[in-house]
Amino acid sequence: MFPDSLNLSIRAPVNEFIQTLVSSYGWVFKAISAVILKAVLFIEWILRGLPWWVVILAFMALAWQSSKRWTLTVAVGALLFFVGVLGLWDLTMQTLALMLMATLVSVAIGVPMGILVAKSRLVRNITLPVLDVMQTMPSFVYLIPALMLFGLGKVPAILATIIYAVPPLIRLTDLGIRQVDHEVVEAATAFGGSPNQILFGVELPLATPTIMAGLNQTIMMALSMVVVASMIGARGLGEQVLNGIQTLDVGKGLEAGIGIVILAIVLDRITQGFGKSRTEDPRNG
Amino acid sequence: MADIEIRNVYKIFGQDAKAALAMAKDGLDKSEILARSGCSVGLNDVSLTIGAGKIFVIMGLSGSGKSTLVRHINRLIEPTSGQVVFDGSNILELDAKALRTFRMHRVSMVFQSFALMPHRTVLQNVVYGQRVRGLSKADSRDIGMKWIETVGLSGYDAKFPHQLSGGMKQRVGLARALAADTDVILMDEAFSALDPLIRADMQDQLLQLQQNLSKTIVFITHDLDEALRIGSENAILKDGQVVQVGTPDDILDKPANDYVARFVQRRQGRPEAHD
Repeated sequence: MFPDSLNLSIRAPVNEFIQTLVSSYGWVFKAISAVILKAVLFIEWILRGLPWWVVILAFMALAWQSSKRWTLTVAVGALLFFVGVLGLWDLTMQTLALMLMATLVSVAIGVPMGILVAKSRLVRNITLPVLDVMQTMPSFVYLIPALMLFGLGKVPAILATIIYAVPPLIRLTDLGIRQVDHEVVEAATAFGGSPNQILFGVELPLATPTIMAGLNQTIMMALSMVVVASMIGARGLGEQVLNGIQTLDVGKGLEAGIGIVILAIVLDRITQGFGKSRTEDPRNG
Repeated sequence: MADIEIRNVYKIFGQDAKAALAMAKDGLDKSEILARSGCSVGLNDVSLTIGAGKIFVIMGLSGSGKSTLVRHINRLIEPTSGQVVFDGSNILELDAKALRTFRMHRVSMVFQSFALMPHRTVLQNVVYGQRVRGLSKADSRDIGMKWIETVGLSGYDAKFPHQLSGGMKQRVGLARALAADTDVILMDEAFSALDPLIRADMQDQLLQLQQNLSKTIVFITHDLDEALRIGSENAILKDGQVVQVGTPDDILDKPANDYVARFVQRRQGRPEAHD
């Protein structure tokens, strides 16, 4: 037995800290919560308000834009149609809205953060271990404080999703920028390019394929959080899976599961296509 | 027209540069400094005067510090100690903004592995120097087309670098440097990655351009033939130190030491490659 006298618990101080946050700064979190909620409700309003065939056509257009391949475009249309046939259309749109919101915030945080990590050794040394923690810490651990601060529903679900899904985007943005040919950056410097001109004119465009791969990973990880998110009251496909588990209704759970997989395939193929089409040409002459 | 003067430049790579610098100034040699301080000496007390309107060749084998030295002239690398005087003013005193202006208007550069931007067309690459200065797309287009034509790439302006051969890429690199309209062009092993025939072509073209434009060109090479062919003055570098400075004739007739003499002998063993 490990001697009890050496025990040191951080339980009480952490609990106290969260308590103070909730009681003294609750209004801050409420305000953040309100903004995020408004944004996600707006996205949901658009997606659920549009006729189903408009949404399918929009996705097919995106698929065409990203890949220029008819097979993929038709497959995307057929898969989404199948989701509707399964009776999951509305739930899928709810999940999609959640996904889009989480992805938008992830991009807004992830790309600038990735740039900072690539540029500064100090930021890098601090950020990388934090990212490791974010990815390995079981999500329920931060779901509980998120619940206490933001209440039940979509907002804590989105925040938990972001925490889980943003690390790959930061890592791959960092990697993409550091991988840009050193001599090209040197040339831009030698011709008098300012740091901003070099970042936006050279480094970011050349890092785009890698950043898109990061975005793809972020979306995939966000999708893998939908069931967990449904446990704290986010509606959508995840809730249906959870319901199926709770009532031992295997068929219901499977249906919703298929819906999630289809959404994943569609989003994955489309984002992958964008990553490739920006490369100009992977062959080196 | 710009004279460039490099005065007592030392460049030390490593953690303990100060101690290593003191050792270098005491006259210890490269390997001894590396053993004692863990620092490697890139340049050791280099002083050169590069006259305006000529091709000045810096020759040395790999590791001799020639690429490091040329990057001091536009401050891509900062010296550990010494001065780089450009047209009478020390460019090491420039702040970030003045340095950018200096790079835009006074010095351009051609790189060994071309360093073209793969996501920009030939024209966009060529006008890069003009665009960062703030010139509009329309205005820079004429300048770009003129230099693309001069280097013999008419019709390729809308192509991307990966669609070109090595020789053509380096013509783009050369056009980019010329389009920046600077008095000085630095060429870091610009022709070393090309095959011999294209290389000879490019050397001819460079000599021709030099006659018409009379730019100051600082040319880096590891090839004595190339150095003697295009340089009106040559400096030979070994282990970060200048071994000899002189005209091609000086170097052929009066090699300063065994090291230079060995180069010259090996060259004379071969039949003349030109004229």
